[in-house]
Amino acid sequence: MDLKPLFEPRTMAIIGISATNDRHPANVIFAKNHLRYPAEVYAVNPKGGKLHSETIYPNVTDISRKIDLAVIATRAELVPDVMADCIKAGVKSAAVISGGFTEGGRKDLQDRMVSMAREAKFPFIGPNCLGVYVPFKVDTFFLPIERMIKPDAGGVTFVSQSGGILVDHMIKFAQQGVGLAKAISIGNKAFIKEKELLAYLAKDPATKVIAYYIEGFGEGEGRDFVLAADCSPKPVIIMKSGKTAAGDRAVSSHTASLAGDYASFSAAVAQHNILEAANELELVSFCEVLSSYTKPIEGNIGIITGSGGHGAMAVDACSLAGIKVPELLEPTKAEIKKNLTDNIQAIAALGNPVDLTGSAIDEDFVACAKVMGASAEIDCVIVLLLPYLPGMTLDIGVKLSSVSKQFNKPFIAYVPHVEKYAMLIEGFELNGIPVSPSIEGAVLMAKALARRQPC
Amino acid sequence: MLKKEIKEIIDKSKKWGWVLEPDAQKIFSLYSFKIPKYGVATEAVQAVSLARQIGYPVVAKIVSPAIIHKSDVKGVVLGIKDDETLVRTLERFSKIDGFVGMLIAEMAKGLELIIGAKNDIQFGPMILLGMGGVGVEIYKDVALRMAPLKTCDADHMINGLVARKLLTGYRGSEPINLNALKKTIINFSKLMMDLKDIVESVDLNPVMCTAKACIVVDSRIMLKK
Repeated sequence: MDLKPLFEPRTMAIIGISATNDRHPANVIFAKNHLRYPAEVYAVNPKGGKLHSETIYPNVTDISRKIDLAVIATRAELVPDVMADCIKAGVKSAAVISGGFTEGGRKDLQDRMVSMAREAKFPFIGPNCLGVYVPFKVDTFFLPIERMIKPDAGGVTFVSQSGGILVDHMIKFAQQGVGLAKAISIGNKAFIKEKELLAYLAKDPATKVIAYYIEGFGEGEGRDFVLAADCSPKPVIIMKSGKTAAGDRAVSSHTASLAGDYASFSAAVAQHNILEAANELELVSFCEVLSSYTKPIEGNIGIITGSGGHGAMAVDACSLAGIKVPELLEPTKAEIKKNLTDNIQAIAALGNPVDLTGSAIDEDFVACAKVMGASAEIDCVIVLLLPYLPGMTLDIGVKLSSVSKQFNKPFIAYVPHVEKYAMLIEGFELNGIPVSPSIEGAVLMAKALARRQPC
Repeated sequence: MLKKEIKEIIDKSKKWGWVLEPDAQKIFSLYSFKIPKYGVATEAVQAVSLARQIGYPVVAKIVSPAIIHKSDVKGVVLGIKDDETLVRTLERFSKIDGFVGMLIAEMAKGLELIIGAKNDIQFGPMILLGMGGVGVEIYKDVALRMAPLKTCDADHMINGLVARKLLTGYRGSEPINLNALKKTIINFSKLMMDLKDIVESVDLNPVMCTAKACIVVDSRIMLKK
């Protein structure tokens, strides 16, 4: 099954267009793709007629061009017949936006679609989903264009069982400068499921990190998925909900009681080199850092700070995350001290964290970063930056990025995210250095790099 | 492939929904797990001869399809040293609901661990290793992995226990044979893969581990409905 037509369609049919209601999901999808994305877009409704000046085709089979992607937004009971028409017309893929299937007691309709699709090898996503958003390629989300927040194009593909969670994370990605390769809403995941997408995304050149929001797997599907993810050349992240359900089932063995649904999920996922994000902060942090760095670290963190309090908070967070902040060896400390400006030499605390104090200037940060960059004691540097200190300039991001590149060592920055500091933040991010708006987030990024290696 | 004897035991146990302990122990011995010497008696003469053959002290346990949790009905008596206590125990057990016999087994010593399995709907057989005994659900010091286990999975599970120091020798206690433990859980995970269509969950609790070996002292196999 080729999923490329779903993600990079050259021709699209939007099925279920209303001739009168511009807020109908199908109309919104038509309007946002027509003349805005590379695909040629055709409107379909059995009643025919015109949508503004565009022809509405009565059936997908009436369109003379071969259709790559059909977006189906009709009433649920019509969908199986529409899908049969699509298959007959040689359409290459579909996104079924309509709801009202298993989630509304009409499993029969969904079963008909699945058996039809299986027989014809016809890839479809959904039903009961938003479909796909791929920057510059396609957008089947029925959300009016002026309401959507779109992150920059980048390396993260997010696959979500919930459309709402997906759109929310596009906002969070945009806020934190995380680039998006694809946003995929799989809804009831009747046919294309997590595993099929994993196989496609592992080979997709635009995708560097594959993230999932999962409520649960079908019978035996969790096993198949984790075994496939274990061999993935790209990092796989899962955020799970429904961790507390089914806890009150009566069980007659200790093991069944201790190995509940979520405990098993979490264990199986971790065992197969998948990073589980406990919450949204972890998810966004993991996505950001893993789209910058692919090489895992042992987890010996060097911390550079302009405030002792920030350093102490970071050390606590590292300890909680199970990563080390080793005390620097004496020669390393001496080397750092030697390179600091005279004023700071006298007052800096040189253990680890290295506290350069509120009087430090850019050059002190750079000098310390270079020594940590060169030192084998440290395999990742967290820089806690306080742009309000008088000696800091907005160029510090660019300067530290070049140290990271010079020594080929991952750097992670903490900078408060306000508009005033945007240029400093971009100095890092545009040069591939992840920046977190919280100390905890910066430490979580380091934790993601120190993830367990497959055995 | 499942041995024929194992299939027969499972078929016979289906009506109860679980496998009686002597049968469960039989399955594990057929799969080369170390188990204590044991036998089942229903009458005094038979019990005494069995206990003498095994050698006192022995443990006596109720065998009844109606009793899943033996200690709830005081159905386990440890450290029986003489014929008289043994016979008295048999008399008491014979009045317990569903009595079909008394299991008499060699006493085993060692560090108490639990090894278990649960057939998860999403992930199939999951293997559990933890500190055993009655407190297992209180302390919840357990590690979980998807079967079948590789050697490194077994290593990770052992290292994942809070009480791992108790396994490697703590304050003068002898370290347990970690290789034997790893072999036991890996072998167990293979058996669970073979039984995945039949079994719901399994508790080996306790498994007694010493510097020499890991011995499955008690086992419970719950079957799929």
